[in-house]
Amino acid sequence: MKCQKCDRPATYHITELTGPTPVEVHLCEQHAQEYLGRGSEPSVEMTQVAEQMAQQLAKHMVVGQAAEEMKRLDQQACPYCGITFYKFRNQGRLGCPHDYEVFREQLEVLLANIHGDTPHKGKVSHHGPQASKIRTELIRLRREMREAVENEEYERASQLRDEIRRIESGEVS
Amino acid sequence: MLTVDDLMQGCGEWLQGKGRDNDIVISTRIRLARNLADFPFTSIASEAEQRQILDRVRDVIAASPFSEQLLYVPMEELSELDRQFLVERHLISRELAEGQGPKAVFIDHAERFSIMVNEEDHLRIQAMQSGFEPEPTWALINELDDYLGQKLVFAYHQEWGFLTACPTNVGTGMRVSVMLHLPASVIVKQIEQIFRSLEKLELVVRGLYGEGSQALGDFYQVSNQVTLGRSEGELIRKMLDVIPAIVGAERKARQFLLDEGSQRVHDRISRAYGVLKTAQIISSQETLECLSLVRMGVHLGLVKDISIPLLNELFLYTQPAHLQKVVGVEMDSADRNVERARFLKKKLGTAGPMG
Repeated sequence: MKCQKCDRPATYHITELTGPTPVEVHLCEQHAQEYLGRGSEPSVEMTQVAEQMAQQLAKHMVVGQAAEEMKRLDQQACPYCGITFYKFRNQGRLGCPHDYEVFREQLEVLLANIHGDTPHKGKVSHHGPQASKIRTELIRLRREMREAVENEEYERASQLRDEIRRIESGEVS
Repeated sequence: MLTVDDLMQGCGEWLQGKGRDNDIVISTRIRLARNLADFPFTSIASEAEQRQILDRVRDVIAASPFSEQLLYVPMEELSELDRQFLVERHLISRELAEGQGPKAVFIDHAERFSIMVNEEDHLRIQAMQSGFEPEPTWALINELDDYLGQKLVFAYHQEWGFLTACPTNVGTGMRVSVMLHLPASVIVKQIEQIFRSLEKLELVVRGLYGEGSQALGDFYQVSNQVTLGRSEGELIRKMLDVIPAIVGAERKARQFLLDEGSQRVHDRISRAYGVLKTAQIISSQETLECLSLVRMGVHLGLVKDISIPLLNELFLYTQPAHLQKVVGVEMDSADRNVERARFLKKKLGTAGPMG
């Protein structure tokens, strides 16, 4: 039997079980590697997220309004890490913990869709949600300090540095 | 000082062939996704930030009670072959192996757990045991996580639990994966029915190395899909409810094969064993398929002259990177297929004067 993608003999006989019905695929070693590499865990999850995102957003928008609304939403960016909603929608990955606040409305729908709508149950972080939130502010502060230095606003930079140190010194020993 | 090559002495914890239901359940693995609260997630963190993350984690682990049993492996210093070797042993993910920049893994010398740094999430902690052992596996990883969670401030949200780069992992950040060997279920064609019933239970099925689709050698990984709104205990209980049913179905299918077509099954298994003992050229795919049948033959009492530990060793060491490390040279797939056949004959005691 020949490989389905070239003239080499098919040495890999794969049964694809992810669809509604099993599909047999016959490939040579090289194309089998490509085929199998393609479906690795993160990319499958990423497509899932991106697809679900698009579906959910479409559902919640009136036709005609959708394009404009989507454009506005896509341009929304996290003030901490800078990632735009557009980038998240395409990659399926968020940029920083604060994104869960910035894109809260959209994520609520998405998370309910993926997991069901219940809140977190189970293990609680040792330091709790408040400590996490305060530490996440460091992402913004460090960024602002870098910008202040670049703009030669040294007074502002040193104020920011003090604030960063204050939060960092609250660090766990 | 341990090195990656020291791992060549054995097979690691998950291939010990011990634990509950080890005739059907190969291993139980649990991973937790965690992120430091004060850095962007890995995919957009700068190289300098990733290095700071790695340094901080490294300091915490160096001061921990388990530091002495750990092998520290920075990915940047690792060859392509060694990366693949660690993937084959399930100690790192493909994502970590293929990534650039300051990434690393800490590996327990007994290979009971590993901690990946700067994978999709800052930390991916995983623990594994052979057989069906979700509770002790959870006990181990929970202890590691408790320690790290005291020393590091993890990104954590009141309603959404541990925050992760991908919303599919948020909440517990936990994935329990049970690797099953289901050759008889495949032969009697009940496997699709099993998969369909798992879907309704929010469980997903993957192949041997987590790839979306293919099931090499009748090995399947069953894992939880949902991570939010179910506690770790609930996720483990679900496995304790579901896996024994799959194991039971596989046992029944094996018995059915013995009762209804013992000679035909015995013939298939003997032929597979014959291929392993005598082939001159053999791909890793064919090797896995033959080993799978022989493994079932051992558990059915049809093959008596090979032990499960030796079979497990063959499963691992006939894979591309392991084979190349055994032989000591890098080879293309054609050369590997020849060396693999030679290696099998040597291990199975059939390497005669003709090679």
